[in-house]
Amino acid sequence: MTPAEDTAQHASKGTIRVLQLYPRDMNIYGDWGNSLVLRQRLLWHGYTPDLLEYNVGDDFPEDVDIIVGGGGQDSGQLVIQDDLQARGDQLRGMAEDGTPMLVICGLYQLFGKFFKTKAGPVIPGIGILDVETVGTDERLIGNVALTSPEFGEILGYENHSGQTSLGPGVEPLGTVSKGAGNNSKDGHEGARHRNVVASYLHGSLLPKNPAIADFLIRTAVERKYGTFVPGAPDDGFARLAREHAARRPR
Amino acid sequence: MFSFTVPLGKLVRAVSRLRGGGSALPGLVVEKIDPGFMQRTLSSLPHGVAVVSGTNGKTTTTKMVVELLESQGLKVFTNRTGSNFTRGVAAALLGEVDWRGRLDADVAVLELDEAHAVHFVNKVPPRYCLLLNVLRDQLDRFGEIDTTALLLQRIAERTTGTVVLNREDPRVARIAGAIKGPEVLYFGLDESLRSTFPNDDDMRAAAPGISAQGELPAVEAADVVLRRVGADDADFEFDGTLVTTHMKLRGVYNIFNAAAALVLARSITGASGRPGDAAKLVKALSEVAPAFGRGESLTVDGQPLELVLVKNPSGFRLGLKSFPAKGYASMIAINDNYADGRDMSWLWDVEFESLREDGVEVLTGVRAYDMALRLQYDDVRFGSVDTDIPAALTEFIRGSAGKPKRVFCTYTAMLAIRRELSKITTVEVVS
Ligand SMILES: [Zn+2]
Repeated sequence: MTPAEDTAQHASKGTIRVLQLYPRDMNIYGDWGNSLVLRQRLLWHGYTPDLLEYNVGDDFPEDVDIIVGGGGQDSGQLVIQDDLQARGDQLRGMAEDGTPMLVICGLYQLFGKFFKTKAGPVIPGIGILDVETVGTDERLIGNVALTSPEFGEILGYENHSGQTSLGPGVEPLGTVSKGAGNNSKDGHEGARHRNVVASYLHGSLLPKNPAIADFLIRTAVERKYGTFVPGAPDDGFARLAREHAARRPR
Repeated sequence: MFSFTVPLGKLVRAVSRLRGGGSALPGLVVEKIDPGFMQRTLSSLPHGVAVVSGTNGKTTTTKMVVELLESQGLKVFTNRTGSNFTRGVAAALLGEVDWRGRLDADVAVLELDEAHAVHFVNKVPPRYCLLLNVLRDQLDRFGEIDTTALLLQRIAERTTGTVVLNREDPRVARIAGAIKGPEVLYFGLDESLRSTFPNDDDMRAAAPGISAQGELPAVEAADVVLRRVGADDADFEFDGTLVTTHMKLRGVYNIFNAAAALVLARSITGASGRPGDAAKLVKALSEVAPAFGRGESLTVDGQPLELVLVKNPSGFRLGLKSFPAKGYASMIAINDNYADGRDMSWLWDVEFESLREDGVEVLTGVRAYDMALRLQYDDVRFGSVDTDIPAALTEFIRGSAGKPKRVFCTYTAMLAIRRELSKITTVEVVS
């Protein structure tokens, strides 16, 4: 047990249950980093994290406060698609009810209406987000910076050949100042709906963008306990890592 | 047939050397004026061409194969580090052929990057290939792991004689089912060692609190099996006997690749009807020193300083496992130049708990602060953080006087560190 965990056990302000969706099949590009950041920041804010995971065929855990989902290869998306469809109503209900969620890359695409793959087949999404994705021959790769009205400057790295367009039912996460984002035309990155944050960004996203991590945590705590009493995480290294990342070429 | 290719190519090579240019230009010229040069020259070799590819360990493995074959009296043509692409091979060939274009060698053993290997085998079908592994590396270049596996499959499909596969890497072992012509041989691990080699699919399964994935690939008989790895020795099993040998190489993954090299060398020497002398092969294996940056040890201030190249999550995890922190002062140097991979996500797929007890003295490289942030989230203490590699190295050497040192570094960070170290100690020159 780390010192932080030890402290938290003594004076926890409450327990937050974080569910990772399909970590076995959708976990490339450091998606673990997002879960780890939520776990540690919950501790630093004085709450007890309970990290859960859901893989194909598992029983879906009760009382989930935050959901995180990651990217996968095309093959991973094929493995989970039936199971995800079976969980579609439940996840949609949770999203509409205000459960904070973070979905990256592959699960961002499948939280939309559909992903029409380059090879032809259309993988149906679960329609939480009013977005559509089409596979292309063009891979959008490189460092990304965007500006979001809610979270300020967001930094990350993208690597995708699916291009996503937003419908009227969602807002973009932000406007791209470096990199491509959702597609090679619109200048938007990611999507926002209710308390769902969707993005193509790896990096991992949350370590260098603690404002998004704290949004998920605050929302979860307020929904469960009414008010959020933040701790004082030391974000000095996150700031420095951001400064250096922002200067890197595409 | 007389051709101007060789004299002209050699001239370009000499001129570009004089101007301090890279090794690829002469290769480019030769490719343009005589596209058949490489194929013609290499196809004349009595034992043909062997291609070594995969994500991790190509350089050390190629070096081992070359030294094993030389121990059997074969003359081997090989490409040096930094030229593991087609033009680099053509350029290296120009340096070795005589003025009439003849190569004095029995066999060519070539290290090739996955994508360049496909390009190469389309021109020159190899007689042998050795496919090491498919790991998450530079996905920003190749896109996806499954795409990389397909590249390796193309190499196997073009191979005319023998394909040597890693039995323990499902994406590599699976290639056996996709090819028809060539003979397939495997190198394998003892069951007791498999847990030390997480593949990318198991990466999360090995994370704390996450259940294991079960399901091992069907066990094919392997030509050489690595049974045990000791502090400075290892047990290999082949031809039904267990051979224990001293090893200069460190790091369990290097030693696993020694099993790979043994399979390929045995296959090449066996093909001539004079099967390799097992005792000589094993002796040669025990004397192979690591390729630069692959666990090589230098001496600084009377203390060893080890360089451990880390370039992807599995490599970093294996590096941490193979080179325990106890008793060592550690430094980590992370760059994000093209050759390192620009995406820092991979650092989040490595667990650094093993460094918690001793901490890390110095963090450096362009992305030193990404590393600092990563360690902060794993509750690992660290000393100074400085993106300037020469300054950080000086600080590390001064601050950890009297202690053995270890540097985990990405590729371009390693080059920078070697450059600095060469000012104060003897560092093998890499051409
Ligand atoms: Zn992605």
